[in-house]
Amino acid sequence: MDLTEALQEQVSTAYRRGRPLRIVGGGSKAFYGRAVEGEVLALGGHRGIVAYQPSELVVTVRGGTPLAELEQVLAAEGQMLGFEPPHFGPATVGGAVAAGLSGPRRPFAGAVRDFVLGVKLLTGRGEVLSFGGQVMKNVAGFDLARVLAGSLGTLGVILEVSLKVLPRPPLEVTLRRRLPPAQALGAMAELMGRDLPLSGLAYDAPFLYLRLSGLPEVIEETASGLGAEYLPDNRFWLDLREQRLAFFTAGEESLWRLAWAPAAPNPDLPGRWLLDWGGAQRWLRTTAEPDAIFQAAAQAGGHATWFRGHGPADPVFQPLPPPLFKLHKALKEAFDPKRILNPGRMYEDL
Amino acid sequence: MTRRDAVIRRLQAIVPDEAILRQPEELKPYECDGLTAYRRVPWLVVLPEHEAQLVRILKLCRDEKLPLVVRGAGTGLSGGALPLEEGLLVSLARFDRILELDPVGRTARVQPGVRNLAISEAACPHGLYYAPDPSSQIACSIGGNVAENAGGIHCLKYGLTVHNVIGLRCLTLDGEAVTLGSAGLDGPGYDLLALVHGSEGLLAVVTEVTVRLLPLPGCTRTLLAAFPTVAAAADAVAAVIEAGLIPAAMEMMDRPAILAVEDYLQAGYPREAAALVICELDGPEAQVEAEAAAARCQFERLGAFRVQVARDEAERQRFWQGRKSAFPAIGRITPDYYCMDGTIPRHRVAEVLAGIARLADKYGLRVANVFHAGDGNLHPLIMYDAAAGELEKVEQLGREILDLCVRVGGTITGEHGVGVEKLDSMCRQFGAGELRLFHAVKRAFDPTGLLNPGKAVPTLARCAELGGMHVHRGRLPHPELARF
Ligand SMILES: Cc1cc2nc3c(=O)[nH]c(=O)nc-3n(C[C@H](O)[C@H](O)[C@H](O)COP(=O)(O)OP(=O)(O)OC[C@H]3O[C@@H](n4cnc5c(N)ncnc54)[C@H](O)[C@@H]3O)c2cc1C
Ligand SMILES: Cc1cc2nc3c(=O)[nH]c(=O)nc-3n(C[C@H](O)[C@H](O)[C@H](O)COP(=O)(O)OP(=O)(O)OC[C@H]3O[C@@H](n4cnc5c(N)ncnc54)[C@H](O)[C@@H]3O)c2cc1C
Repeated sequence: MDLTEALQEQVSTAYRRGRPLRIVGGGSKAFYGRAVEGEVLALGGHRGIVAYQPSELVVTVRGGTPLAELEQVLAAEGQMLGFEPPHFGPATVGGAVAAGLSGPRRPFAGAVRDFVLGVKLLTGRGEVLSFGGQVMKNVAGFDLARVLAGSLGTLGVILEVSLKVLPRPPLEVTLRRRLPPAQALGAMAELMGRDLPLSGLAYDAPFLYLRLSGLPEVIEETASGLGAEYLPDNRFWLDLREQRLAFFTAGEESLWRLAWAPAAPNPDLPGRWLLDWGGAQRWLRTTAEPDAIFQAAAQAGGHATWFRGHGPADPVFQPLPPPLFKLHKALKEAFDPKRILNPGRMYEDL
Repeated sequence: MTRRDAVIRRLQAIVPDEAILRQPEELKPYECDGLTAYRRVPWLVVLPEHEAQLVRILKLCRDEKLPLVVRGAGTGLSGGALPLEEGLLVSLARFDRILELDPVGRTARVQPGVRNLAISEAACPHGLYYAPDPSSQIACSIGGNVAENAGGIHCLKYGLTVHNVIGLRCLTLDGEAVTLGSAGLDGPGYDLLALVHGSEGLLAVVTEVTVRLLPLPGCTRTLLAAFPTVAAAADAVAAVIEAGLIPAAMEMMDRPAILAVEDYLQAGYPREAAALVICELDGPEAQVEAEAAAARCQFERLGAFRVQVARDEAERQRFWQGRKSAFPAIGRITPDYYCMDGTIPRHRVAEVLAGIARLADKYGLRVANVFHAGDGNLHPLIMYDAAAGELEKVEQLGREILDLCVRVGGTITGEHGVGVEKLDSMCRQFGAGELRLFHAVKRAFDPTGLLNPGKAVPTLARCAELGGMHVHRGRLPHPELARF
């Protein structure tokens, strides 16, 4: 169903009155980011696949389309979303793009933003605008489509998005190898530096997990040289993506995400670690103070996100240096001058 | 004292005198980039060597309200580095150091003036390389690659510049440094890293680039397939992708291009082919062998009358030599040529090439096509004679070709950028609302509009003049309505 008109009406009215809106897709990532006070702008009804041509590797969908529905349609054609987005419940495509989260395949295939080819969006003025398109290469004008990925609905409402899709590999297998924590980063760096058909590389003590994707004969040959045991299925990656592993579910500590140089050592913070993305994305369960974590991340040239366990007004994302925050505010102003779209969801003053 | 003299004096306090070019013979080499149809001798050229100097130059520009253009290697094909009437041309040619190469983390941190190919050369001893490979890679700078979001032959599988850069250090016009991205695979906040890619020097000056390096592929196989019709070749390209293969490269040449190349260097291409496809697969050996067989099968099924797999590196190089020499080969048979750049959905290739041929006939001009078929990025080469006053006709044909690209759902530029060349075509692809947001984004970064003014994003007034839009006093009728 195409609800563009009604959505535009609601945003235009909110703009005139200067009243904030809280964009709700499937409500699956309510825990993520900071809380927003505002009238609900419900995207759930604005759904459906607008265009899909498998030979072009491109699909165009409305923002409120359930992610699961899109994945099913792609799977029927032997294709998939390369960035393997987490669902965390009844997620929508618009929400997945706005949240900008990518799954275990990210270092091998690319992030959400790498697959965004074009968007149709509603600005904070209630204008319907289109950027990018449905072709693989396009450098006409600023790349505002990619900027929407990860903007948490603070720049625009995603009405439609065109995504590049990938063929599903003929076979995927999961292997694991017992490894002391001290050796995990070194082993991952070594594997990442080789031309292997990897599509997942994570460490959840005491095991190093590998996913291989490709032709059966290639996988067999590769696997035999890795000294690891086969697991019966690929469930590990789904449980990792959806945060259902014991690492995520057991205990009361906050969950933090740290993004950082893949081979750099863990910072000196208390708690338990799980390494994904070959070391470039690390999860930490900890009771450490947020300031200490943000500081450690900045010192290592990376950044931290307080993923779960924060209060509604806590700082969730890495504080930005003033010149960078100034650019953020100016960009927000360009898209949403009256700050009516998800105000404060990302940063307090944004 | 003229304004220019005053600026020279202030620059002398920032950089050594020899880094300020002011004599006509010193300025001349900077009058154009790779798009030689547009030329303007610069007002002044300055060649800073350190970021601290650059910061002071930017502050000078801001204080003096002096516009500036940053120049990389000057290989741009849309006039992005075209100098200004009264403004600075800041060349970053001296920012040419590789600052750090981390073989374990597989990244390189380099200055913007470093040549694209130099990164792969430095990474090679570690079994690594930098994937995006524009045909200009021996000359173009990584800073220019970021500004244009450059692509290349291997982009089908490995992506564009934006997919291979993980961090940037930029200076805003206030001379403030911002770091975008992070040492990890993403950065906090908005994805300004993506936004700066392809922004054609309008938003900020890039002073450091951190790129991702990839392991050199274990094995490479290259196929050459000859087809009796363009349509069959286009179908074969689609079929390979539909079969689930993502080749590292899939390039196509039409008959005029094949003949020009054969006359030039005898690459061994079949002269009777209407179209050639070069398809390269890379990765672990067993995978590549299987994929090469699958690709071959698709080519034969769709009517290729000859499919060759390069038997050794020498033959592989020969296959590529022809493709890579296509521009000089065309240059040999015509006094001038104009290289276009547009992207279309892959399944419309045959139809669009036929349309281009029809348009070429209409204008009485010859067009050869050499392009990145795998991602639908066309590069029609329009042959002409500038001395015979044909340029205007050529530009008109060029615009009609781009209109055709937009009509089939494509875009007016796939990798060369808008620059000054395609300002008018921007009015065809975007409506007033989109252009207004582009201007607002520009203001967010550069409130005084001093960075590369007049490029990449046309003014609404310009579009109105072209008849693309009807704007009265800068206001649109019914501003509340969406425009497409
Ligand atoms: C009935 C209901 C009541 C709620 N009440 C509250 C409350 O009182 N306080 C509170 O903090 N949260 C509340 N939430 C949750 C909150 O609104 C959601 O977390 C948020 O809107 C994200 O929805 P989502 O999980 O579908 O987002 P996802 O679909 O998973 O998307 C995640 C992010 O993307 C944004 N987004 C989603 N779709 C789009 C789109 N098409 N374009 C642009 N951005 C988009 C969301 O706003 C969010 O920032 C409520 C949710 C529901 C369903
Ligand atoms: C023979 C030939 C083949 C080519 N093949 C390809 C190809 O296959 N793919 C492709 O994508 N392009 C190709 N190009 C075009 C060109 O090489 C690319 O656009 C390249 O990225 C330009 O880099 P440069 O350093 O020469 O930039 P320049 O031409 O110097 O500048 C280009 C633009 O970037 C801006 N800029 C440069 N450096 C910076 C910086 N540090 N910070 C901010 N802005 C900056 C300039 O202001 C200008 O707007 C080709 C060109 C030629 C001549």
